[in-house]
Amino acid sequence: MALMRLSSPHVHRPGKTGDVMKQVIAAALPGLATLVWYFGWGPLINAVFAVTLALLFEAVILKLRRRPLGFYLGDFSAALTGLLLALALPPYLPWWTTTVGVFVAIVIAKQLYGGLGQNPFNPAMIGYALLLISFPVEMTRWAGPQEVTGAQLSFVDALAVIFAGQGLPDAVTMATPLETFKHKGALTADELWAQSAQLLAGLHAWQAVNLAFLLGGIYLLLRRIITWHIPGALLFTLFMVSGFFYGADPSNHGSPLFHLSTGAIMLGAFFIATDPVTAATSNKGKLVFGASIGLLIYIIRTWGNYPDAVAFSVLLMNLAAPFLDYYTRPRTYGHKQPQKGIKR
Amino acid sequence: MSKIWSFHGGIHPPENKQQSLQRPLEALPLPSRLVLPLQQHIGAPASPLVKVGDRVLKGQPIAEPTGFVSAYLHAPTSGTVVDLVDHSVPHPSGMTAPCVVIEPDGEERWIELQGVDDYRSLEKHELAERIRHAGIAGMGGAGFPTEIKLHLSDDHIINTLIINGVECEPYITADDMLMRERADEIIGGIEIAAHLLTPTHVLMGIEDNKPEAARAMTEAARRSRIDIEVVVVPTKYPSGGERQLVKLLTGVEVPSGKIPADIGIVVQNVGTLAAVYNAVHFGKPLISRITTITGEAASRPGNREVLIGTPISDLLAHAGVDPNRLTRLVMGGPMMGYALGNANVPLIKTSNCIIAGAADEFPPAPPAQNCIRCGACEQVCPAELLPQQLHWFAKGREYDKALNFNLLDCIECGACSYVCPSNIPLVQYYRHAKGEIRREQAEQRKAEQARIRFEARNERLEREKTEKEARRKARAEAAAKAQAAKKDDAVTSAPKADPEAALKAAKTAAAVARTKLKKAEKALQIARDSGESDLAALEAEVSAQQQKVAASEAALKAAESTAPAKTPDIKELKLAAATARTKVTKTEKALADAEAKALPSAEKLRSSLATLRSKADAAQHALAAAEQSARPAAPAEATAAATADLKQLKSNAAILRTKLKKARKAIEAGDSSAELAQQVTELEPQLASAEQALAAAQAQQPPHTGPDLKALKSAVAIARTKVKKAQKALDEAGDNDDLRAELAQLQQQAAAADAALEAAQQATESP
Repeated sequence: MALMRLSSPHVHRPGKTGDVMKQVIAAALPGLATLVWYFGWGPLINAVFAVTLALLFEAVILKLRRRPLGFYLGDFSAALTGLLLALALPPYLPWWTTTVGVFVAIVIAKQLYGGLGQNPFNPAMIGYALLLISFPVEMTRWAGPQEVTGAQLSFVDALAVIFAGQGLPDAVTMATPLETFKHKGALTADELWAQSAQLLAGLHAWQAVNLAFLLGGIYLLLRRIITWHIPGALLFTLFMVSGFFYGADPSNHGSPLFHLSTGAIMLGAFFIATDPVTAATSNKGKLVFGASIGLLIYIIRTWGNYPDAVAFSVLLMNLAAPFLDYYTRPRTYGHKQPQKGIKR
Repeated sequence: MSKIWSFHGGIHPPENKQQSLQRPLEALPLPSRLVLPLQQHIGAPASPLVKVGDRVLKGQPIAEPTGFVSAYLHAPTSGTVVDLVDHSVPHPSGMTAPCVVIEPDGEERWIELQGVDDYRSLEKHELAERIRHAGIAGMGGAGFPTEIKLHLSDDHIINTLIINGVECEPYITADDMLMRERADEIIGGIEIAAHLLTPTHVLMGIEDNKPEAARAMTEAARRSRIDIEVVVVPTKYPSGGERQLVKLLTGVEVPSGKIPADIGIVVQNVGTLAAVYNAVHFGKPLISRITTITGEAASRPGNREVLIGTPISDLLAHAGVDPNRLTRLVMGGPMMGYALGNANVPLIKTSNCIIAGAADEFPPAPPAQNCIRCGACEQVCPAELLPQQLHWFAKGREYDKALNFNLLDCIECGACSYVCPSNIPLVQYYRHAKGEIRREQAEQRKAEQARIRFEARNERLEREKTEKEARRKARAEAAAKAQAAKKDDAVTSAPKADPEAALKAAKTAAAVARTKLKKAEKALQIARDSGESDLAALEAEVSAQQQKVAASEAALKAAESTAPAKTPDIKELKLAAATARTKVTKTEKALADAEAKALPSAEKLRSSLATLRSKADAAQHALAAAEQSARPAAPAEATAAATADLKQLKSNAAILRTKLKKARKAIEAGDSSAELAQQVTELEPQLASAEQALAAAQAQQPPHTGPDLKALKSAVAIARTKVKKAQKALDEAGDNDDLRAELAQLQQQAAAADAALEAAQQATESP
């Protein structure tokens, strides 16, 4: 009998990193379905295309790095990155833009830093932020909900728009609620809503998408894939801050509900900010991390140049995560005080 | 029911306890050989009391403790000691260690056992001694000798005794079985422990997955004289960890780096207390224990009462373990136990479980994936550490950071590894890091010592250099001064009437006169005999000489009377006495020799011996007389005392100097003990102060009672010779620090002697 000499523990909880990623992907699917329901085939084509590209880029880099393909592709992290990026992109983004985004996300933001677990920044958000800065025209051309614009693109049309460079018909496009609100100028909120009946009619589509992501997030919480700290702190902070300004001046500020149900807020809170690799580690740190993202989102949305701010807020806090980790350490058993900072 | 607190983290692995609870407790048949490792616990190994071939009785001590943390070992059955040999022992490394091998004779003859009926009539230390002699060591974990924990020093006041019946590790049911079957023994042990520690609370923790055991214990506790509270705690791993259990039952945390006793708590395992009961009431030493044998490869899993030293292969055979299915053999639980390389190792006092695992039960660990910082480990860590950060630090060899993140508070429970989705062997990283840290710390201590030594040496060399320079300067100055003084003397000082010199001159004159008289008398005699002429002239010569002698003697007397009352030179007398004595002994020896050889010279020697003896006696008398007269005649008692003091001071300084030299030499020879370094640092100021005192005493010494010139002169001469010799040796030896240092010291001494002589000369001349 050949006895194995291994170090304790000898038992292990079933489940691997790949399983975690698969569950996150599954949790994001209701959101994707809702997007498809309201905005047509574009988001689905984007998602499939981005995931394929992500796996492709990952495989090429792994080959160059001489790593076993099956082992690393099997952790599904690349697939998840591609999916999350696709979910954040405008529905009918030209294919080359998506390609650039995925390339930056997988090759530069992830693999060049050493692969899974080594990247300081959320790869999907790096890809998204780069696209937003580099190709503002493409990245701000959003389609409106089909029922509001009345124009439906068939699957073939959608493919043509994305891959053949046909361009999105004007009838389909529509500014997002956040964008509209941002550029309302001197109008009060009530006047704005009175003017843009189409937007008001389509608002529920954005809300439904956010609701779907919220449900996915709750699933992740229940499966203990993520903890409540980051999304809880993020949403609570955003709610409180927007509530404060809304209470002080309702005519110029969006309501808390408006802020919580538009843009990429739920996707950001449950799927992006909770990326464990780039977030703060300790529970205390996660609270600060999430709350800071919520605050930054409100600041950038209200006083910044961009209508939505999840990507920038998350990236800024990614930058601060290691610092947070040093200053939000838990109190170890038998110690009076938690240690802070790092002594050399 | 008292309140239950909670600790952070913890996991709920599959319990797998039912398999080994299906069968009742069985006793394992007597094995054909028993292998007893001399070390079965932390601390020092025991030293054997038996030799090969000795017949031993069941319960007879076969090894005794060698240190404070060390335990007795007893023969588990009667038989013969067949070997004292290095045998493989239960250890993660698979190493071998000294063991006593006993071949049982099957008779099971006990030694005479002495129990006590009423342990309360015993002194506490006697009671503790009984427990010590029973060889009881903690049966739940590291095997810490029990009596140490039960008989604490007076600075530990115990308020809570906690009995650990939690048994949180999966698979293990040994304590469960013990609590079900022998609850009264455990309660008896608790009573003894409570008698020794006098706690105000006695709490017993049992997990809620052992309802039968909890019921048995609650009932037994009700029958007890003392108040024992059985607390059922929720099942969660690692509730049975000492620190976790303390938190669970009392809400208090054991401070980092301390033991529970420091906060008035003692934790004892149930098995240990049952053993204590048997040791005190029946005098039975710890020779057997209950061990769980389980795992999928075992067809008859269960709990067995086994003798300490039973080979695991015997236990496996009894449990029907299929060798073809067995792929992993674990001693202890699956969370913290270690895998054994073979079944040829004995069961020891701490062996609570053997898991005979099959391949599908314990599959090989899958390759580790990258850490994604998911934080699952942090959520389950019972010590509230940041396991993933520690993992990064351990991987990156940033041990100082790992320490800063409290790596040493890790209890290696394995919860983090258990939940890690990337299958990273976290605990292994921590163990490695801890080992590295210990190694680094040892190296640091060594380097620190070397640094202190090096700095001390540099300092010393530097100091010696400056001292040498200072001495050289002082010498040059003194020489210049002396030159000047000599010139002055030559010019100004005229020869003075020196009473002493006059006395000397008178003495010489008298002696010369006497010699001349003798010569003259001789000449006169010869002349008379030969009848030669000019007798008258010769007679006149003699009488003239006689007159001269008389005159010179008168002059001598006068000189003696004018000379200052001179105290007899005791030193000279002493020397004379000593010389005389030496001569006597020498002659005696020679005489003895001659007599033995019957030499004709014996007679001559005998007569000379007689004269020598009388001379020696006379010298001794003279010395005694001189000493007696010197005492009252001494100008002042104080000066004599001062001289004595000075001498004392001098010898003190010399002793210190020698000591210092020795210590330095030892250090230079490579002995780097901290003690020596400390000695040097202590001696240096002592020597300095001694030298200072000496200098002060010398300065105080009144000049006219100062050391006599002769002695000083000879000292100078001696010092110079020594310097010369040392110089020569140095020249011959080439560059040698020791010699150089010695030379420097000698030069200093010579200079000092020079200076002293000069000062003395001036003092004697100037008044």
